[in-house]
Amino acid sequence: MADLTSNFLGIKSPNPFWLASAPPTDKAYNVNRAFEAGWGGVSWKTLGEDPHIVNVNGPRYSTMMSNDRRVIGFNNIELITDRPFQVNLKEMRQVKRDWPDRALVASVMFPMNEESWAKHIPIIEDTGIDGFELNFGCPHGMSERGMGAAVGQVPEYIKQATEWCKKYATVPVIVKLTPNITDVIYPAEACLEGGADAVSLINTINSIMRVDYDSLTMFPTTGGMGTHGGYCGEAVKPIALNMVAEIARNEKTKNLPISGIGGVTTWKDAVDFLALGASNVQVCTAAMVYGFKIVEDMKTGLSNFLDEKGMNSVDELIGKAVPSVTDWKFLNLNHVDKAVIDQEKCIKCGRCHIVCEDTSHQAIKYANNEGNRVFTVDDTECVGCNLCVSVCPIVDCITMVAMESGTDPRTGKVITSEPADWTTHENNPLKVS
Amino acid sequence: MSNNKLKSEGVNIKSHRLSKKEIEDNFSDLHAPLTQIEALIEADRCYFCYDAPCTKACPSDIDVPGFIQSIRSDNLTGAAEKILSENIFGGMCARDCPTEELCQQACVRNDHEDKPVEIGLLQRYATDSVLDNGVKLFSRKKDTGKSIAVVGAGPAGISCAHRLSVLGHNITVYDAKDKLGGLNEYGIAAYKSTHDFAQQELDYILDIGGINIETGMELGKQITLEDLQKQFDAVFLGCGLGTVNQLNLDNENISGVIDAVEYIANLRQTSNKDELMVGKNIVVVGGGMTAIDIAVQSKLLGAEQVTIAYRRGKNAMAASEYEQALAKKHDVQIQYHLSPKQLISDESNVSAMEFDVMKSHNDGSIKATGESLTLKADVVFKAIGQKLVTEGLADNNLELEKGRIVVDENRKTSLTKVWAGGDCILDGDNLTVSAVQDGKLAAISINETLTQGA
Repeated sequence: MADLTSNFLGIKSPNPFWLASAPPTDKAYNVNRAFEAGWGGVSWKTLGEDPHIVNVNGPRYSTMMSNDRRVIGFNNIELITDRPFQVNLKEMRQVKRDWPDRALVASVMFPMNEESWAKHIPIIEDTGIDGFELNFGCPHGMSERGMGAAVGQVPEYIKQATEWCKKYATVPVIVKLTPNITDVIYPAEACLEGGADAVSLINTINSIMRVDYDSLTMFPTTGGMGTHGGYCGEAVKPIALNMVAEIARNEKTKNLPISGIGGVTTWKDAVDFLALGASNVQVCTAAMVYGFKIVEDMKTGLSNFLDEKGMNSVDELIGKAVPSVTDWKFLNLNHVDKAVIDQEKCIKCGRCHIVCEDTSHQAIKYANNEGNRVFTVDDTECVGCNLCVSVCPIVDCITMVAMESGTDPRTGKVITSEPADWTTHENNPLKVS
Repeated sequence: MSNNKLKSEGVNIKSHRLSKKEIEDNFSDLHAPLTQIEALIEADRCYFCYDAPCTKACPSDIDVPGFIQSIRSDNLTGAAEKILSENIFGGMCARDCPTEELCQQACVRNDHEDKPVEIGLLQRYATDSVLDNGVKLFSRKKDTGKSIAVVGAGPAGISCAHRLSVLGHNITVYDAKDKLGGLNEYGIAAYKSTHDFAQQELDYILDIGGINIETGMELGKQITLEDLQKQFDAVFLGCGLGTVNQLNLDNENISGVIDAVEYIANLRQTSNKDELMVGKNIVVVGGGMTAIDIAVQSKLLGAEQVTIAYRRGKNAMAASEYEQALAKKHDVQIQYHLSPKQLISDESNVSAMEFDVMKSHNDGSIKATGESLTLKADVVFKAIGQKLVTEGLADNNLELEKGRIVVDENRKTSLTKVWAGGDCILDGDNLTVSAVQDGKLAAISINETLTQGA
């Protein structure tokens, strides 16, 4: 059995699955249940200044669902903790005492003045927490008050607030980033400059779920009016993975530890984040959709996966896929893939044909010989785009196969093992010779 | 003439074999309609195939992936419109089509999981929504001033009438019976058309207007083909098969030997089915859908032993494998290779039936083995096919072959102004869906003919 123990910034936890700062970590009752269920750590629901904020008394959550009502995407407009500061501290102190082997991180959000950080950080740390997580990500409500994403969208503010927190904290400081920006490298580098020990990402994405088809108002609303909320769940994972990988492969930030967040629902999602550079993962939506028990499969799934790969610990997986991520301009333009249809597996649905015919390169031919349907790839048209593979309902029925030798029948060019990319391509006005 | 009513004779033929409640339960829907969530999940299973095999397999050309996509998006009116614009009896066909041999047999999901999309149930889900809510999908074009006679108010005739009405023509439908619907009303197994669905569907279809109904009008009696051709711009014959084949055995008219078709019609028209006379030991002679229907329904009415006796082997049986399995599920025995030899009776009623045991040969022929088998029977149902009543047709120079009307691909007969479709035409395959298609194609052809040069 592979070792799932996690050591993130010196914060130890029995597994790399933490609950993200969110409704599931709002109070001791929930957190105790989470630890009983086996979660490795929690980031406590974000603390703020007293008087505590208030939440709406209408819908806070909404979902995008498949037809069988599986949640694909999730949106929320809940703010930070709506309980008094001292109540939270008291509970955190007790929880940490009761669960010494689990990670307990305090998520915090304070205004852009040093006094507030100086006043709050030491007394929070005094509860025995293992670290801080700075919430520079909430895109709704708090951002209207100059906090949350309003800080996370300005690198100078990130740096400043991180410096204040580091000044008054002795435990590690993680900065949680918003995806509601154009390039995540700027905020990540600001964290580094501010002295952050790690970053966590992504927080939620600004979103409106849909309209109400009867009232033609946005949906959901609080008494007829609604506001944008933070989008999360399985649907956001690819956005999060890109941002994690960007930080992991960026020269300045590549050694900055990352806690991966965004749509982790199964152990496979965790493998994605870990391999692309995260050191652990944080989960919220999956727990809010299925309850805390979901962690059981995450743990056994990851452990079995590591065993299959011959890896002894989570650490061996971290960053494995990062070297495979590069800029478009460095992709090998001499590499040629062609789609290959396994006729034994093909069920003759014709989706590959019609999408290629209508929207791509007319490279999948269709013949109907008295009801016998045959779909074949025309290599003289196939550009290797992977659309057919992407829509085929049968696993491994269509595969992309690299040409090793000969001539590409589409371009007439001889296949070469010599790589060549855009930086040296003759059509590139800025090519390097 | 055979005696087509069952009389209570002794202990073996009687009513109330089961309680009213048991009978009601037995004759409830064969397949419960899908709930919304079931329909959405099932619709999600459709791959939206290109040049879809299911559509190719549908005798009425319904765009199956198209309507299922509309179910997926909660566009039930759009889904129903896709179905009903090709097949106005889409509701009934969703209930009685042998989908396992048609669209669902062609579903590509059979290839890798042996479980096709439940196209029939999805079609019912979509069509029920517009029928139950009276959503009007069709309107009539400007009046063409043309009038067309339709003989027979079954699926072929009404399909033809509806399409012609949409195209702006004026139609008079003649039917010999009191109620409209043909076999939809009198023939289809009761558990496939519950809650008087046949009439509900007809009401919906005829709501289009422009269709004048004349019941109690039988071709060759109250109306003649000759007169219709004179009075109307075109005639469509969808008169079905008016009479049944006989066993041609010596004492065929003894009590207890009856036509399955007539018993089924009576069953469909009886609201208190517990009052129907039912035998204890029943033998059904035949191998088609009617044989299955009468056998299963006899079981549902409380018959103890029901045996279908069929002349040929399993594979030659006209009833689909699914239907055969349905019969077996209801404890009906199917005995193959039994050819009727003689009926045995006690004083007043049939008591048994003797069969020659047959053997199939490679050339498709069957020959008697010399052995015989006797089955106990207090009721024998004849379900060995129906035939066209040719009186009133043949004398009009209407070309017939094998006792059926000859038509071309547009369902046009040998007579200039006469089209035909449904069971009465040569190669008619006894399916509701094919009859509907015949009516539709005939209507399109009639319209083209009548509006040429207009």
